Amino acid sequence: MEEFTDIFLMLLLVAGALSVLYVRNLFVATMLLGAVSFIMALIFVTLDAVDVAFTEAAVGAGISTVLYLGTLALVGSHEKASARKSVVPLLLSLVVGGALIYATLDDKMPVVGAADTPAQTSKVADRYINKSGDEIGVPNIVTSVLASYRGFDTFGEVVVIFTAGIGVLLILSQMRLRKEEKEDVSDIPTSETPAEKPDQQGSPHDLVPHVVSKLLIPFIMLFAFYVQFHGDFGPGGGFQAGVILAAGFILYSLVFGLHFTQQILSKRVVEYLLVAGVLLYGGVGIVSMINGGTFLDYNVLSADPVAGQHLGILLVELGVGITVTAAMLAIFYGFAGRADGRGEDVNPE
Amino acid sequence: MSELMTHAPVLAVLIPLLGAPLCALTRGTTIPWFFTTILSALSFYVSLQLLFHVSANGPVSYELGGWAPPWGIEYVADPLSCFVMLVISGISTGVLLYAKESIAAEVSSSRLGLFFAAYLLALAGMMGITVTGDAFNIFVFMEIMSLSSYVLIAMGEKNDRRALTAAFQYLVIGTIGATFILIGVGFLYLMTGTLNIADIANQFDSISETRPARAAVGFLVVGIAIKLAMFPFHIWLPNAYSYAPNIVTAFFAGTATKVSVYLLIRFIFTIFGVDFSFGTLPLTELLLPLGVIAFLSMSLVAIFQNNLKRLLAFSSVAQLGYMTVGIALASETGLTASILHIFNHAIVKTGLFLSVGAMFFVTGSIYLKDLAGIGQRMPMTSFSFVLGGLALIGVPLTPGFISKWYLLQAVLERGDMIGYGLAVGMLISSLFAVIYVWRIVELAYFKPSPEGAPSGDAPYSLLLPIWLFILVSFYFGIETSLSAGFAEQAAKFLMGAP
Repeated sequence: MEEFTDIFLMLLLVAGALSVLYVRNLFVATMLLGAVSFIMALIFVTLDAVDVAFTEAAVGAGISTVLYLGTLALVGSHEKASARKSVVPLLLSLVVGGALIYATLDDKMPVVGAADTPAQTSKVADRYINKSGDEIGVPNIVTSVLASYRGFDTFGEVVVIFTAGIGVLLILSQMRLRKEEKEDVSDIPTSETPAEKPDQQGSPHDLVPHVVSKLLIPFIMLFAFYVQFHGDFGPGGGFQAGVILAAGFILYSLVFGLHFTQQILSKRVVEYLLVAGVLLYGGVGIVSMINGGTFLDYNVLSADPVAGQHLGILLVELGVGITVTAAMLAIFYGFAGRADGRGEDVNPE
Repeated sequence: MSELMTHAPVLAVLIPLLGAPLCALTRGTTIPWFFTTILSALSFYVSLQLLFHVSANGPVSYELGGWAPPWGIEYVADPLSCFVMLVISGISTGVLLYAKESIAAEVSSSRLGLFFAAYLLALAGMMGITVTGDAFNIFVFMEIMSLSSYVLIAMGEKNDRRALTAAFQYLVIGTIGATFILIGVGFLYLMTGTLNIADIANQFDSISETRPARAAVGFLVVGIAIKLAMFPFHIWLPNAYSYAPNIVTAFFAGTATKVSVYLLIRFIFTIFGVDFSFGTLPLTELLLPLGVIAFLSMSLVAIFQNNLKRLLAFSSVAQLGYMTVGIALASETGLTASILHIFNHAIVKTGLFLSVGAMFFVTGSIYLKDLAGIGQRMPMTSFSFVLGGLALIGVPLTPGFISKWYLLQAVLERGDMIGYGLAVGMLISSLFAVIYVWRIVELAYFKPSPEGAPSGDAPYSLLLPIWLFILVSFYFGIETSLSAGFAEQAAKFLMGAP
């Protein structure tokens, strides 16, 4: 049964990926890409990697799809036919795929799910599994590894998200500045850009999305906080929570207009939050150094090392959540804000 | 050990890493620049102290999160990583001294806070890759460095919109490279169950005969080669360097590809081991021809460029070819030549790009046709360019000569026909360099200026840092005991390690 599930999911994955490549309508491609991410998440579940599956579902299928849609609202959903087709990329992909298959055809290649693979039997995994309960005291071992044993990697990942956030802010705002400079000179009406098509904006006049989203959004936000603070005990943590919380805000802007969301969380506030999360995470590390430990050594945060670990993990996960939420919103604002003068000024009633 | 030395490995990375979010909040034109310069200088100071400390007392390990390796992530400051960190933070600081007026002309002033935040992130990413002793941590910091460098290159779009496509091309190719590296690290974890570099290195001999390990080597070498802009994966580099803002080009020319050279050395010599890489696997036969083709063909291509930054970019790919050859020779002398060339070329090429930046600052162009007669119009800038050009050729008393001298010794050490062939190849490539540098000299000094061309030299705020780089490069061209000493020490350390 398990093999059947694996093969079925893998075939779906390949079919999904190929259809993304061949579909000409970018809107359809985006939806298919979301589906591919969900299939990927299911595969992670069959591999017993529920935390990863959760992240893939929230990030890959959730927020990425929304951000793609935000971009499509600007550029239109029809792919420009590219003039020349080359076989080189296909050949390269086949070579890489061939290399991967070659690598797995070896007697020493560990079997998926076997108990005697190096990754399972090494002293690293042994300590994570058998000692993390005493050393860190968090039931979810994945959280122990991510936030404490390899907490510095997670800090790096938060900085990656931060970099993506400021990157989008920097590139999009610079282009807007230039656009404004241009318009000062020639005052070109921009009403002929594809983004102006009325069917690609939010739906400020539809009653059903209004009512449904008003009902849903409180639960989305509550769930985000549950995921954030329950990450010690079950799958979840700052990354997923941040994405879910941001999705709540984005849903609200899509239905009611960007203008109202920005009254609660203005662009400036989002920028501050983006910075605050990284500084909170890094600040915990600095405090550990001041208390006589090394960077991100939570043991020295409290008299009792396990209590220190709890405190440290709570704070750094909060930092992750804040920066991820802010980065997603910054990216969404960056794209959605480019269409403003439209979405923003639509009269809600 | 003093308090500073205890934390030095992580401080060199943390100073720019935590400075970046703070810098993103600053506004105005002066404060973000000043803040960034101070942080970069601090990081440079820590790296310098660390290098002296490690050189005298041996490698330093730092346990992040208080977990001993291999359970936690370890920072390892050894002679090689310290030397490369010194190059990165030094080049960054030197470029920043020059940056204020140059970047104000190229990026909207309201975005300078975010721009310098991205700059600090790129610096922190490179420092992190260099000092880490953990294979997955390399990937994480490579992401920080890559994302910020795509953004920084795209910032050239105010002058030339092609910066956006150049950044996008680099993003696509760079992501493929990073993915290959991730697959390689994944295979290593699959076979060993650990991510700590020293731990993987200890177990590597027992798994080296398996296919997953072989595939890991393949994916890692190709992935790093893409990031390194090794021929034939160099296609992104000339575009990225041509259209990026001038200080970004100068910064990356001295650091970004050098970090990849460092990674190639680290994986080949520390993890895979010399015997396996060059004995069991034919890495010499693979890398040597690529290096030779790179320095011959790219020097030739550089001759025909009409964009000065592009010309220097192709010359950079050629110089990376020399470094590749040094690694492929698999000898202590070859490795010394490679490591020394990382240092020498970083100073020279950054100085040259800064000089081009000054020409752009005054004339608004980097195309050769607009730079005719620049020798009369901007004597100080042009002369600095000529001196830098001499170092590219490898004229005695310049650092270029020193690295080529070491490389020549290394190829002649082989004592076979291939060695002599390589020596001849190096000579031909140097002749090509004479031609492309002479083209600029002829244009600058023997052609009349176009009518109405702006004249007057660059302001001192640009000239002084340029001349700092040129004078420092000549210092290391004459007094080599320091640079060559550290390079030799690093090479000995790598060859002596099991």
